Amino acid sequence: MASSFFTLSASDHVIDARYVSKRFAGVVALEHVNLSLRRGEVLAVIGENGAGKSTLMKILAGVLTPDNGEIRIDGKPVELDSVRTGLKHGIALIHQELNLSDNLDVAANIFLGREPRRFGLIDRRRIYADAVPLLREVGLEVDPRTLVDRLSIAHQQLVEIAKARSTNARVLIMDEPTSSLTQHEAEQLFKLVLKLREAGVSIVYISHRLGEVKRLAERVVVLRDGKNAGDLHGYQIDHDSMVRLMVGRELSQFYKRRAHVIREDFLRVADLRTPAHPQHRLSFTIKRGEMVGMAGLVGSGRTELMQTLFGIAKPRGGSVSIAGQPVELSSPLAAIEAGVGMVPEDRKQQGLILEMAVRTNLTLAALRANCRGRVFLNRGYERKLSADMVGTLRIKTPSDRQLVHLLSGGNQQKVVLGKWLALKPRLLLLDEPTRGVDIGAKQEIYRLMEELVESGVAILFVSSEMTEIIGMSDRALVMHEGRLMGELRRDQLTEEAIMHLATGGADPERDVA
Amino acid sequence: MKKILGIFLLLVVVCVVTTLFNPKFLNAYNVQNIVRWTSLFSIISIGVAFVIITGGIDLSVGSTIGLTGTLLAWLLTFKHFNVGSALLTVFAVSLAIGFGHGLLITKLRLPTFVVTLCGLLLYRGIARYLTNDNTLGFGSEFDSLRYISVGHPFSLPFPGGRILIPMPFVLMVVIAIAAAVLLNQTIYGRYLLALGRNEQAARYSGINTHRITIMAYVICSVLAGLGGVLFALDVNSIQPAGLGEFYELYAIAAAVLGGCSLRGGEGTIVGVIIGAAVIRVLYNAINILGIPTQLDFAIIGLVILGGVITDEVIKRIVARRRAARPG
Repeated sequence: MASSFFTLSASDHVIDARYVSKRFAGVVALEHVNLSLRRGEVLAVIGENGAGKSTLMKILAGVLTPDNGEIRIDGKPVELDSVRTGLKHGIALIHQELNLSDNLDVAANIFLGREPRRFGLIDRRRIYADAVPLLREVGLEVDPRTLVDRLSIAHQQLVEIAKARSTNARVLIMDEPTSSLTQHEAEQLFKLVLKLREAGVSIVYISHRLGEVKRLAERVVVLRDGKNAGDLHGYQIDHDSMVRLMVGRELSQFYKRRAHVIREDFLRVADLRTPAHPQHRLSFTIKRGEMVGMAGLVGSGRTELMQTLFGIAKPRGGSVSIAGQPVELSSPLAAIEAGVGMVPEDRKQQGLILEMAVRTNLTLAALRANCRGRVFLNRGYERKLSADMVGTLRIKTPSDRQLVHLLSGGNQQKVVLGKWLALKPRLLLLDEPTRGVDIGAKQEIYRLMEELVESGVAILFVSSEMTEIIGMSDRALVMHEGRLMGELRRDQLTEEAIMHLATGGADPERDVA
Repeated sequence: MKKILGIFLLLVVVCVVTTLFNPKFLNAYNVQNIVRWTSLFSIISIGVAFVIITGGIDLSVGSTIGLTGTLLAWLLTFKHFNVGSALLTVFAVSLAIGFGHGLLITKLRLPTFVVTLCGLLLYRGIARYLTNDNTLGFGSEFDSLRYISVGHPFSLPFPGGRILIPMPFVLMVVIAIAAAVLLNQTIYGRYLLALGRNEQAARYSGINTHRITIMAYVICSVLAGLGGVLFALDVNSIQPAGLGEFYELYAIAAAVLGGCSLRGGEGTIVGVIIGAAVIRVLYNAINILGIPTQLDFAIIGLVILGGVITDEVIKRIVARRRAARPG
């Protein structure tokens, strides 16, 4: 009978989220999303940047409250209004950015805020004793008295998991847990995930790496643009189906690429040593009209390389030439004068002045070259440039006097792009250009990148999204722990090939120097 | 503009209330006095405003005034410098002070509070050592020089007579116009406002944020130096230990009251002048209404506190509204 079947299946679910919607100031982040999680299963949630994965996870963990919809735990409707409530129901979120106090030791972090007491004081002996089995369960062999900042990222992550287990969490939500792990560390984590599953823990696993999703997950929920795009089970989970659901069509249609006319060498980097990884020498070239992707794990030194090329970080050695001329990239201004523009990784901290108007932001970099008498603002120029940019980039704003922080993420990113287009750069550096933008804005950003490359601009872009690297690049550079591990031509670009290099595997075509 | 409107209303209210209790507030001599002191304090407050717009603070202004004022008198009366070279030396010293602050804050990344607090102690100490703590005066030899501080180039009609316009007012107007043009009509002003809001983003936009920050500290110290000269010429009896003492606080208060956010990136010159006027009028009111003068610090303190609280509350409301937006 239908009703008894329903009851049975519902009680089988640890979490049942139904028709969950969430808006931020009118912008839809999630719309009628459903997600159910069974006891002891590994469920992967995938989707492009801005698809709503993080919002959904935060709702399940009690960080955010949904506007609409219902969440049932063990079949009973609950109000997840705080992280505390989430933990009470056994749901723990392991953030992408770990949340440990690195000045405290391992045991103190595990029991932070829940310290066992004796005569009103923290019972240290018990903390250390209780930490041992928890650390053993997650396979972390360190003294519980070790300070957290002495541990690697992978080990800190294990401490987080131990901490979650100490609260008897039955549901672990892991947000891109492998984004900064090496291959070996990731393997350890996969073993732990499977072990926890055996112990009856349910795991929600978020990742951009479809290879590991395929290995670990029994079920995949795909989100696209804040909605359910489809579910995959067992044998259905393969690379192509996942990508198709994520981008809503074949990859080739989402990333509309035309054949690029690749011209002469433009940027030539030789033996460059960045301050973050001075022991490694980086050498590569980028040609005019070429779109080069840069892949690698979080923390592999990609952003530091971009910052060095833009004069934010001072190189420790090596040389850079642009259009055959050696250049000294000693400051962003020097880079700008050499024809370089940069869309930085952190839009809000580095890309925009949020409390200033769209117009002021769009003209900020171009003011210098377009002022009157070398110092006076040229308001007519500002007005015209701003109107042009709002038009060509289709920036959605009621007026260019609007403060930038009131725009959506995608439109904010277009303002950052517009600021550089105003200078007509010959080399554009983009660091995670589509992070936190919706799918429509994303496609427009790709379209702009395409147009720039067609007009002869050289583009170097960093992305942690495999599909973006594979979909957009003429060539990809892959970094690992500060080293350039290799280059992949367009016909060599596969997720496996990229991951192999990104996690420290050697480039088979490259001589070991 | 809303912030300025608020402080302007406060100024009007204080004036009206004081007049109601004591109509002498509006007599020509009293108004002339308020204008002169408002002008002197506006000059130093405008300087401090530039620093506050960068998101920094300058606590050394009072001591810079003490040092430059003392130095001027010392050079003229003890070292027998001619007027031109004495003024040039004072200018060079105040410029060097600002440049030093700027370098320490940008290149060594020292906290602006610490750098200028040390300046506060250092410059006062130098002024006192220079003169062995003795009171200095210009005598009657330098009356032509004193004209730039105590002179009245022209007068304006005023109900019940004419009001003499003091020289500091003329100087203040010139400086205010120059400062407003710099802040609102030049790329440097735009850069200053941008880096005050978000220094990192300003740097990523190709702005030499160090140079602009140093510029702000130089403007502040040079205007403090000018203030030192004017205050010294005004009193004609310079106590190295006391000249300019606590003036940094009035200057900061005036800037904050006038709409400069202590977080940086915000402020108008007109607002700062109105802020300085509020403080001077409050002072005058304390005198004229027979409120015990022992309370003057307390009243100024409350006004600064009120300004900062208002600033904080407004920012929180804005932040809360923004928190409801996508992260």
